[in-house]
Amino acid sequence: MAAGAIMRVEQNTQANTQTVSLPSSTKITLTINGVRRELQVEPWTTLLDLLRLNLDLTGTKKGCDHGQCGACTVLVDGKRINSCMTLAIMKDGSEVMTIEGLAQNGALHPLQQAFIEHDAFQCGYCTPGQICSAIGLMREGHATTADEIRESMSGNICRCGAYPNILAAIQQAMAHRRNVDRVAGERSVNPIANERSVNP
Amino acid sequence: MNNFSYTRATDITSAVNEASREATAKFIAGGTNLIDLMKENVARPTRLIDINRVPLNRIEETKDGGLRLGALVTNADTAYNDQVEKRYPLLSRAILSGASAQLRNMATDGGNLLQRTRCYYFYDVATPCNKREPGTGCSAIEGFNRMHAVLGTSDQCIAVHPSDMCVALAALEAVVRVTGKNGDRAIPFSDFHRLPGDTPQIDTNLEADEIITSIDLPPKGFADHHAYLKVRDRHSYAFALVSVAAALEMDGNKIKGTRLALGGVAHKPWRSKEAEELLNGKAANSDNFQAVAETVMHGAKGFGHNTFKIDLAKRAIVRALKHAAQMEAPR
Ligand SMILES: Cc1cc2nc3c(=O)[nH]c(=O)nc-3n(C[C@H](O)[C@H](O)[C@H](O)COP(=O)(O)OP(=O)(O)OC[C@H]3O[C@@H](n4cnc5c(N)ncnc54)[C@H](O)[C@@H]3O)c2cc1C
Ligand code: SF4
Ligand code: FES
Ligand code: FES
Repeated sequence: MAAGAIMRVEQNTQANTQTVSLPSSTKITLTINGVRRELQVEPWTTLLDLLRLNLDLTGTKKGCDHGQCGACTVLVDGKRINSCMTLAIMKDGSEVMTIEGLAQNGALHPLQQAFIEHDAFQCGYCTPGQICSAIGLMREGHATTADEIRESMSGNICRCGAYPNILAAIQQAMAHRRNVDRVAGERSVNPIANERSVNP
Repeated sequence: MNNFSYTRATDITSAVNEASREATAKFIAGGTNLIDLMKENVARPTRLIDINRVPLNRIEETKDGGLRLGALVTNADTAYNDQVEKRYPLLSRAILSGASAQLRNMATDGGNLLQRTRCYYFYDVATPCNKREPGTGCSAIEGFNRMHAVLGTSDQCIAVHPSDMCVALAALEAVVRVTGKNGDRAIPFSDFHRLPGDTPQIDTNLEADEIITSIDLPPKGFADHHAYLKVRDRHSYAFALVSVAAALEMDGNKIKGTRLALGGVAHKPWRSKEAEELLNGKAANSDNFQAVAETVMHGAKGFGHNTFKIDLAKRAIVRALKHAAQMEAPR
């Protein structure tokens, strides 16, 4: 869109009649788990509802719908966010990564594998959000110690209280990542490019 | 959530034009407060003006040697910005003590200033609330008021402003830059938020057609002597019961300048110039800090459930000043 241009989506409310016609939806483009999709959305559809209700990507969970639990965490343009607190239309043109997009060629993501190995869940309802959040945490690179990881994961509530095992799983994935980085660094003059291709 | 129309603005002028054309339209930035309020039917805008593509997402130095935070920079990008971490660590600390990593990735600096109170009655459309529906009464004054204000209250409303970031900005004496139909204004931070008085429905002195463009930090950042202390019900991901931003200028053990701002106790970040001046030329010690705490909280009034905040705030002030003066290490 050219600078200064404005996009408007109007609600078709017809004056002087009893009926209110269905509000218009609009076309947006999202790349979801690597697949580019053109979608018709209504302005008030949250990203979470779009994923779950329109696209059947029910791995992302709805816990509170108010930003208070983290079950709906997904990665948008590489950053972890609460998909319940954002409208799909606001993210037009973005790349969205959900729990369904993490496994590559049938192999679990190292964090998924670590969650299984450490038994980092009971009911599993918070797990997709925990895993997406932890991927965001690892990319941000601000948290390294156990206390820092706990603090940085505080936006993901686990009602079953699997916190110690979640922490252990994240620490294992971080150690794995350091190994991958080290090996990549030894193999390549461009460790950054290499690391990206290893870890989604 | 009600149905609404949607406009995407890509520059300041068109955003302001859209807002001035429709009184019931609202800007949306990160959405973390507005969408929440819309889901509860507390906010019912007829149109959302999405300002996320307006180029206000940079942090840059100002001519006077300060730092300009674009209104659309996220709270996370602000807190982890090199210049902010180095020169204004008080601000980094305050931001990182709020919300969660996910929310801070979405929340913008402009939106943070305009987030509304977390008063339970304000959120519950089944109860009277003067802030939500002027004239209906205040359910908190004689109801559950554990999280409510003890300073600057009125008989209309005893809500608190929930932001952590704003407490640091008040201490740093930031300036809020805005643009509206009638041009640009620069609002000193202490004049940005209001006390409830007889118009608790109005949180700030921003006009409906005005957009925040930036928050400007003056050159003085108090990097050597500062502390942000947040007391809350759980260690993380909870709003403050009481918070204190303390910043000192020191010469040896002598205090040359003091900035003190409190969160969780009033309808706006609370400052007392009178109390700050008490420390001029004085030594950093418990007695002097206690005197400051007594002066800040002089005239504080509890409403039952929240009366504990008066003593809590005094102790938090003393402790934050000690941390800032490096008399004891933050825990
Ligand atoms: C579970 C939870 C916990 C939280 N905990 C904390 C906490 O501990 N501490 C804390 O400080 N905060 C906390 N927050 C609040 C959070 O920091 C705010 O919601 C956020 O900063 C708002 O920014 P936003 O960009 O998302 O605003 P939006 O929701 O997009 O907007 C908020 C308001 O500002 C207006 N607006 C936005 N940008 C502009 C602009 N540039 N010009 C004019 N008007 C504008 C909008 O019209 C709207 O009225 C929490 C939030 C949640 C959901
Ligand atoms: S304290 Fe203010 S926001 Fe809360 S119920 Fe009373 S009027 Fe409403
Ligand atoms: S469902 Fe989004 S944070 Fe709980
Ligand atoms: S595993 Fe049940 S909520 Fe976390």
